[in-house]
Amino acid sequence: METVISTDKLTKRFGDFIAAHELSFEVGKGEIFGFLGANGAGKTTAMRMLCGLLMPSSGKASVAGFDVYTETEKIKRNIGYMSQKFSLYEDLTVAENIRFYAGIYGLSFSDIKRKTDELLSKLGMQGEAKKLVSALPLGWKQKLAFSVSLVHEPRIVFLDEPTGGVDPVTRRQFWDLIYYAANSGVTVFVTTHYMDEAEYCDRVSIMVDGVIAALDSPGNLKKQMNAPDMEDVFYQLARKAKRSE
Amino acid sequence: MIRTFYFILEKEFKQMMRSKGLIRMLIMMPIIQLILLPMAANYSIKNISLAVVDNDHSEYSRTLVHKITSSGYFKLTAYTKNTKEAFKEIEKDNADLILEIPHNFEKNLVRENGQKVSVQINAIEGVKAGLSGGYLANIINDFNSEIRTRWIQPQGPDEAAIVSIAPINWYNRYMNYYLFIVPGILVTLITGIGMLQTAFNMVKEKEIGTIEQINVTPVKKQAFILGKLVPYFVLSALVFIIGQVVSFLFYNIHSTGSYFTVFVSMCAFLFALQGFGLLLSTYAENQQQAMSLGFFFMNILNMMSGLYTSIDSMPMWAKVMTGSFPLSHFIRVMRMVMLKGSSITEVGDHLLIMVGLGLVFNTWAVLNYHKRS
Repeated sequence: METVISTDKLTKRFGDFIAAHELSFEVGKGEIFGFLGANGAGKTTAMRMLCGLLMPSSGKASVAGFDVYTETEKIKRNIGYMSQKFSLYEDLTVAENIRFYAGIYGLSFSDIKRKTDELLSKLGMQGEAKKLVSALPLGWKQKLAFSVSLVHEPRIVFLDEPTGGVDPVTRRQFWDLIYYAANSGVTVFVTTHYMDEAEYCDRVSIMVDGVIAALDSPGNLKKQMNAPDMEDVFYQLARKAKRSE
Repeated sequence: MIRTFYFILEKEFKQMMRSKGLIRMLIMMPIIQLILLPMAANYSIKNISLAVVDNDHSEYSRTLVHKITSSGYFKLTAYTKNTKEAFKEIEKDNADLILEIPHNFEKNLVRENGQKVSVQINAIEGVKAGLSGGYLANIINDFNSEIRTRWIQPQGPDEAAIVSIAPINWYNRYMNYYLFIVPGILVTLITGIGMLQTAFNMVKEKEIGTIEQINVTPVKKQAFILGKLVPYFVLSALVFIIGQVVSFLFYNIHSTGSYFTVFVSMCAFLFALQGFGLLLSTYAENQQQAMSLGFFFMNILNMMSGLYTSIDSMPMWAKVMTGSFPLSHFIRVMRMVMLKGSSITEVGDHLLIMVGLGLVFNTWAVLNYHKRS
């Protein structure tokens, strides 16, 4: 399988505090890679380094074949990103948000139109195209934000707690969208606090106190730790944490 | 690059036009500020409350008091018998000034050819105190020369030659206060929009987190920043034009010099000012911080830029400081062009300084903006 993300001892220090310590892992094309950990374990830090938002302190990493130190602008052409904070413009309409993000990624006017129609019909939001994003319910906003992060057909999409605060039905729909994207060859790198979502991932890594404590498929992890579900796996690992929030 | 910029601009304009109350602000702000402020922020002091202690009760003392009250600057609020009572009026804020006419005022004036009156001024409001003291001294002087000429006349006019000054006021012939203050207020009007709105707009993206989304796109930071400048530049220019119309309609103020020069100077000014706003926004994390920083600088700019007080009478360090304010240059240029009719070459130095400041602020802001922390 083609490798699209690889890190080697990737580390981020903030003064004396080591937010992410010697992270080494690889993610293959089309994989759904879950990134788990308690609050403050270093998940977001790791993700921000890979997206070119945060300068690593040491170690190596490449994303979509480009170096995170020197080729961040090339990385940015090939990734989509959905942050913890909602990142669409609430004072623009649904269609205007799609148009803006598609436009700044360099899509042609005809592509923008095609993509907008395609995306809206996939989400079943044709009727909402002219509504301000601020008027949408949270679940819809999150689905829209995810779809917008894919508008330029990136090779990898980074999702930072995309389903926080979303109801179970919408979460399920959200994961349908993730599967759909992964099936079309997009690599999905996702952080989450929901253990049922961890079960949906091809592989998960669990971070504890800035280091990767475990990395395998959910099935293997459960077997290794003799746990009935991912919740128990997570609990066994996370309670060893010394760092408080 | 140009395509990207087009989409950024489109988004910024849509957001600006959609922001609530903007049109109201656009029309109301110049009108209210230009109509209310010049009337309130007026230097010519009128209605000074005067308490008179007349110990003489003579014809001369009454003539003096009458002369003072008929000047239009003073209104007599108390006519008392002793200083103590008059002072109470000052303490109660009923009087700004006490004029005390001593016993035998008339007698001494006629017999000994000289007499002193005492004036006590409430100096809490310094400018008012200085000016009202000055007015009063002028009136008493007038009174003085009047009675002297009255006495001297029989002997002929040669004996007391009086030198009087007849000043000619250039550029503002009737010392019209509005002519001085209105162009200045027009400048502060667009300062608020150009500097603060630019800063708030940028910080808002930080606060709601959309800036992070922009930072993971290949958009160049220069393009993003320029996209933030243009809409508020257009808005400020519009308010400026509306302001010019208002000052023409209400004060009949029109530029003696060319409006082209006025407009070019405005562009240079906004370039510098918006650069400064952006610079503030790169240091502020949220709108509250930006607001505090913005108002801190707005206060300094308004008080020190020569809008209300003369820069020439400031201490050296302050003069040097005002040299780095785009506002003080633009206010000067506005007065030069609108009142004196100065040409673009005559205000060239100020233009160059504003453009220079703009380059410094904008470059600093771009360098201080990091897509990656």
